[in-house]
Amino acid sequence: MSRPSPYRRPERVHQLAAALKREITRPWTLMEVCGGQTHAILRHGLDQVLPEQLELIHGPGCPVCITAEAAIDRAQELAGRPEVILCSYGDMLRVPGSSARTLLDVRAAGGDVRIVTSPSDLLAIAQAHPARTVVFFAVGFETTAPATALLAHQALGLGLRNLALLVCHGRVPPAMEAILAAPECRVQGFLAAGHVCTVMGVDEYQPIAQRHGVPIVVTGFEPVDLLDGLLQGVRQLERGESRVINAYPRASQAAGNGAARALMERVFTPVDQHWRGLGVLSGGGFQLRPPYDALDAERRFGATMPRPAAGNRTAPGEPASPCISGRVLQGLARPSDCPAFGGCCTPERPLGAPMVSAEGACAAYHRYRA
Amino acid sequence: MDSFACPLPPAGDATVLLGHGGGGSLSQRLIEQLLVPAFGPADGVLRDAAVLSAETGPLAFTTDSYVVRPLLFPGGDIGSLAVFGTVNDLAMVGASAIALSLSLILEEGLPMPLLQQVVASIRLAAQRCGVPVVTGDTKVVERGKGDGIYINTAGIGRVEPGLQIGPKAVRGGDAILVSGDLGRHGVAILAARQELGFRTELHSDLAPLQEPVRALLAAGLEVHCLRDLTRGGLASALHEISRGAGLGVLVQENAIPIAPEVDAACELLGLDPLAMANEGRFVLFLPAHQADQALAVLQRFQPSAASIGSVRGEAVLLETSLGLQRRLELGRGESLPRIC
Repeated sequence: MSRPSPYRRPERVHQLAAALKREITRPWTLMEVCGGQTHAILRHGLDQVLPEQLELIHGPGCPVCITAEAAIDRAQELAGRPEVILCSYGDMLRVPGSSARTLLDVRAAGGDVRIVTSPSDLLAIAQAHPARTVVFFAVGFETTAPATALLAHQALGLGLRNLALLVCHGRVPPAMEAILAAPECRVQGFLAAGHVCTVMGVDEYQPIAQRHGVPIVVTGFEPVDLLDGLLQGVRQLERGESRVINAYPRASQAAGNGAARALMERVFTPVDQHWRGLGVLSGGGFQLRPPYDALDAERRFGATMPRPAAGNRTAPGEPASPCISGRVLQGLARPSDCPAFGGCCTPERPLGAPMVSAEGACAAYHRYRA
Repeated sequence: MDSFACPLPPAGDATVLLGHGGGGSLSQRLIEQLLVPAFGPADGVLRDAAVLSAETGPLAFTTDSYVVRPLLFPGGDIGSLAVFGTVNDLAMVGASAIALSLSLILEEGLPMPLLQQVVASIRLAAQRCGVPVVTGDTKVVERGKGDGIYINTAGIGRVEPGLQIGPKAVRGGDAILVSGDLGRHGVAILAARQELGFRTELHSDLAPLQEPVRALLAAGLEVHCLRDLTRGGLASALHEISRGAGLGVLVQENAIPIAPEVDAACELLGLDPLAMANEGRFVLFLPAHQADQALAVLQRFQPSAASIGSVRGEAVLLETSLGLQRRLELGRGESLPRIC
């Protein structure tokens, strides 16, 4: 199983861990924003080599975890219609909506729910089923949004009339702002998600670092990337600096991917969006702008999802349960602090979204922590 | 009354019809023209049950149902899978298969050449394992009520007296070996479904496991436990055996053989190669001092066989390539690719 990658070399990993231990003089708290980072840290056991004074808080960057129940309910409702073929990414199918039902349950009950790995698959599906409406439940951050934008652009170009988009993409910077603005915030610096920056550019984080005086290090997802990012974050904290450092230059540039950004700007406009656990974030999502809004599933099917006003931190119909996923997603609690963790909440029967996705903090703890 | 019977459809029907399961002439023809030539008794006389000569000593008995999409995949098909799967289940208790049953559940409209191909594959696979198909059944379900072909096979095997292979025989300090590299079947099937938009030259690892098990026993090795690594892969098998034995295991990530193509496909799709299905691989527990000898035996059949860890402690742990330990997670049923 040895992948000969320079980013996994044990000597380098242990060197970086030793440097962290040597250079840290006080307790510091960093948040890794992305679920992929959390997953990699636990999968490789990196949490075991960190100095005791360094606390990691697991951020909300798991697209499955933050998708609002109202959106999942809406997707389930559409998937249950006989004329609809509903397509989404694989792990979205397992997330419970407000009724504890998942899209897998809808499929078992006869709904036509399909897994796609690329939105471009939708074109072929829509062309093959002209009498049915093919709905793409579009989730994910700035990483997957460009592919949705391309699908929208191609669908309009081809004049596909039976394709609709249920857009629930999230924008990461507003979530980082919300975390820093929370009165209980303990985050002193961020490891920002490299792949989001590959698309959007590292410079997007400059205003956040300046406004809040926090260091932000953009990292990749391999052990060496993550430890190098932590070391650069701790060094800044020790020196009282708050700069944006790109520690993932092999994939992320200052301005990001110009073509992807241009397409996104053409197709989407930011909109207030409810994030599970974090509440409504100003500019926290995307909506289709004209003429692409002709593809909007909410418009196509009439009723719209409730979009509560920004600042409202509770979602309509969020159930009373022992689950503390909201606090976990804000970094205010660890998964193992939850009374339900591992007991009535497991990856097989999740109560909260972070237990659902492989990238959710609760699932990562459950899978990898002995 | 024969003169009032409907004229028989021409021989060599193009597809399976509901009537092929109706017990009438169509059924008869399917059995006589397809199944008896493939598996039938030497005297050509069909009976309600096979009579097996009585054996002294312990027997093993198992059954399994086979559902796979697509029916034909690189490296095998549902027919060979249905034979090897059941023969392998017998092999995992140290038994040599002596008889198989075969139940076919066919969907109306199934192309007859496809059925013929699968039946031929069953015959070849059974021959390869030296086991006769001694009894069987055929049903046809309406179009849309099945996935072409479902197969159930049951198998009886002879166990050498004195063998006690199973989780209860596992002892602290035992060595853990795998009979070859992992995950090929799962990735080959995912690719063959053509839903994930990737292509690969990978073939399923589907294979009979009687021979390597016999070779281990013939070498006089003290085999404590065997488990074929089907659905759920190595992760599920280690968890099950650990629970059954009441002992923990520690395996080394670096030592677990995974083909680069399998590793790359899993990395890309967010799947865990240790939880991917195999159909021709098993895990072996035996005393540590016999590990080298066992590995030499296994490598005669599959050069990628490897010693991957040992029985110790209480938890199922993986030592990562960085030398750090974490829990080895159990697969969760359906493998769903993750978003990013």
